[in-house]
Amino acid sequence: MERLATIALGAGLFCFVLAGVLTGVLPVAHLSRIKYKTLAEIAPEPSSDFLDLAHRYPAEFTTAFGAPTTDKFHEALRFARDTYIAEACWHCHSQFTRPVSNEDVRFGKVSYAAEYMNEMFLPHLFGTRRVGPDLIRESGRHGNDWHTAHFYDPAIVVPSSVMPRYTWFYDGERPNKKALSMITYVQWLGSWATPEALARKPEVAHVAP
Amino acid sequence: MSDNPSPLVERAVVKAHFIAAFAFFFIGLFAGLLYALQFSRIYPFPGVELLSPGRVRMLHTNGVAYGFLLNAFMACLYWVVPRLTGQRVLSRKLSWVIFWVYQAVLLLVAGGLLGGLAQAIEWGETPIFTDPLVLLGVALLIVNVGTPILRSASRNLYVSLWYFSAMMVWTPLVYAMGNYVPQFFVPGAGGAAVTGLYIHDLVGLSITPLGWGLMYYFVPVILKRPIWSHTLSLAGFWGLAFFYPLNGVHHFFWSPIPMYAQYGAVMSTIAVEIVVFTVIVNFFMTIKGNTGMLRTSMPLRWFYVGMVNYFLTCFQCAFQTTLTFQKIIHFSDWVVGHAHLVMFGVFGFWLIGATVYLWPKLVGKPWWSETLNAWNFWISTIGVAVMFIDLMAAGLVQGYLWESLAPWEKSLISSMPFWHIRSMAGICITAGQMLQAFNMWMTARQPARAGTQATEPLPAARAAAG
Repeated sequence: MERLATIALGAGLFCFVLAGVLTGVLPVAHLSRIKYKTLAEIAPEPSSDFLDLAHRYPAEFTTAFGAPTTDKFHEALRFARDTYIAEACWHCHSQFTRPVSNEDVRFGKVSYAAEYMNEMFLPHLFGTRRVGPDLIRESGRHGNDWHTAHFYDPAIVVPSSVMPRYTWFYDGERPNKKALSMITYVQWLGSWATPEALARKPEVAHVAP
Repeated sequence: MSDNPSPLVERAVVKAHFIAAFAFFFIGLFAGLLYALQFSRIYPFPGVELLSPGRVRMLHTNGVAYGFLLNAFMACLYWVVPRLTGQRVLSRKLSWVIFWVYQAVLLLVAGGLLGGLAQAIEWGETPIFTDPLVLLGVALLIVNVGTPILRSASRNLYVSLWYFSAMMVWTPLVYAMGNYVPQFFVPGAGGAAVTGLYIHDLVGLSITPLGWGLMYYFVPVILKRPIWSHTLSLAGFWGLAFFYPLNGVHHFFWSPIPMYAQYGAVMSTIAVEIVVFTVIVNFFMTIKGNTGMLRTSMPLRWFYVGMVNYFLTCFQCAFQTTLTFQKIIHFSDWVVGHAHLVMFGVFGFWLIGATVYLWPKLVGKPWWSETLNAWNFWISTIGVAVMFIDLMAAGLVQGYLWESLAPWEKSLISSMPFWHIRSMAGICITAGQMLQAFNMWMTARQPARAGTQATEPLPAARAAAG
């Protein structure tokens, strides 16, 4: 018990591997029964918000993306996800709702494992702190114009907000690629789990717990 | 010993690591203060991309954890391991290579975080391109500091060395797992389970073994008496090794991670708290009858209050890990308070205690001012206590307001007074460390007084091990 070999192999290797199997490999193997999907599979066409932004800010949109095609929609989502990580948005906003504390009333449908089995959640962005609200059911909660004002200076629309300004998402006061992508992204988060979407796609509801 | 051509301990390396530790401590502390001010809506750099609060927060956590804690831990390793084994580290040159590589990696990390290259792994925000460098640094450190342990492995090792040896096996495994698996291989809830494992293992299998190992060395040395119970220290070590890594999922309770993993995390976390109590009991029984030394020995005071804080965090943890508490406190400032009490109130305190003990020996002069040492002790203690209580209360307010379905803004407005107080507590802690660093500087540059050449006491801990 006090020898180097016992400590290195028993405590070091064995205990680490045992815990890794029980609390890592086992849940991961269990969850891998759900099929992993690419962005093309979960978002086969541009969202209405992406098209709306193309209308609302035609010059800025053309500079950023050109035409609002499906490929450009995917590019916007991936670019926004990277921006979300770079700005560490996930330190103040979570991306999962819990079956407790009235979160289903405040945010919407409780999170289920299947909705995270796609490339947009590799890496996952669950988060561990909420200064601002959860975002996994953000889709459609506010309009695109609200988000445009909010990213520029959150206090414009939420006076008590402590969220920082993201003025580098804008050229002057006009949204650039970052703002347009971020708005597309937050409006997309949970678009698959709104009541209407769930009514349209019963198979999504089926995999929920 | 210091006049020897090849001394047992290379003091310059220890000293350099302490200096680097405090340099990065300031970066981390000021970043934390900046971030805290954002919550009071007093931000000095609004709209500045490179100093955006989101990025500055990562500079705070990574700065204090990797810059301060690990630099100071490395300083202590270079002091303690040769003394416990009677062997020098592998190579003096390698020590310096590791030192400079590590500081370079830290600066790269800081630049990467502010430059928008962070990774979305909690405590693993270190940019992806720095991860192989970190692993290389860890490997070199293991070779360098592991060699004396390996060379003395023919006999039973002292308790501190159990922790250090196990830590050297765990750290590279934990780091590689956490930085690569959820990033490239496992999406969604499974990735979250692995991330939880990483967050927890980094604290439990790297920071904690280093901290406990140092505590088991410094406290008997300062008291000049052996630890109270060898059996309890054995139970503490093997309990930590077995239960601590099983806790990971408790960072994501009520998430879509399968419930059996969550129930397991509740039980093993409570088990860890019991294990932790063996160490706490061992400490307090060792010091029993010698508490008068708290008045005369500043290092002992830091260790003592750190241990009281440890008791508090672990007692709190046994409750907050239950699914009932999680309904309210998860996502709130309660957890932030808990993290500050563990990282600063326990491990930070122990390392400052080690600094206060070692610095006069390293520069060969007594402390320039004992008063400043006492000042730092008191304002840091008050600062971290206020921060802990304040954030715990804030967390309850936030959690219950969220549950009440009040508008979200209500939770912000109600948190404001708590956030103002938190900033003030942060100012106290920062001011304390500035006094400490100033005192270190003045101590080093004062002219040597006659007859004050620090003598090195026999490593009492080693006698205790025998």
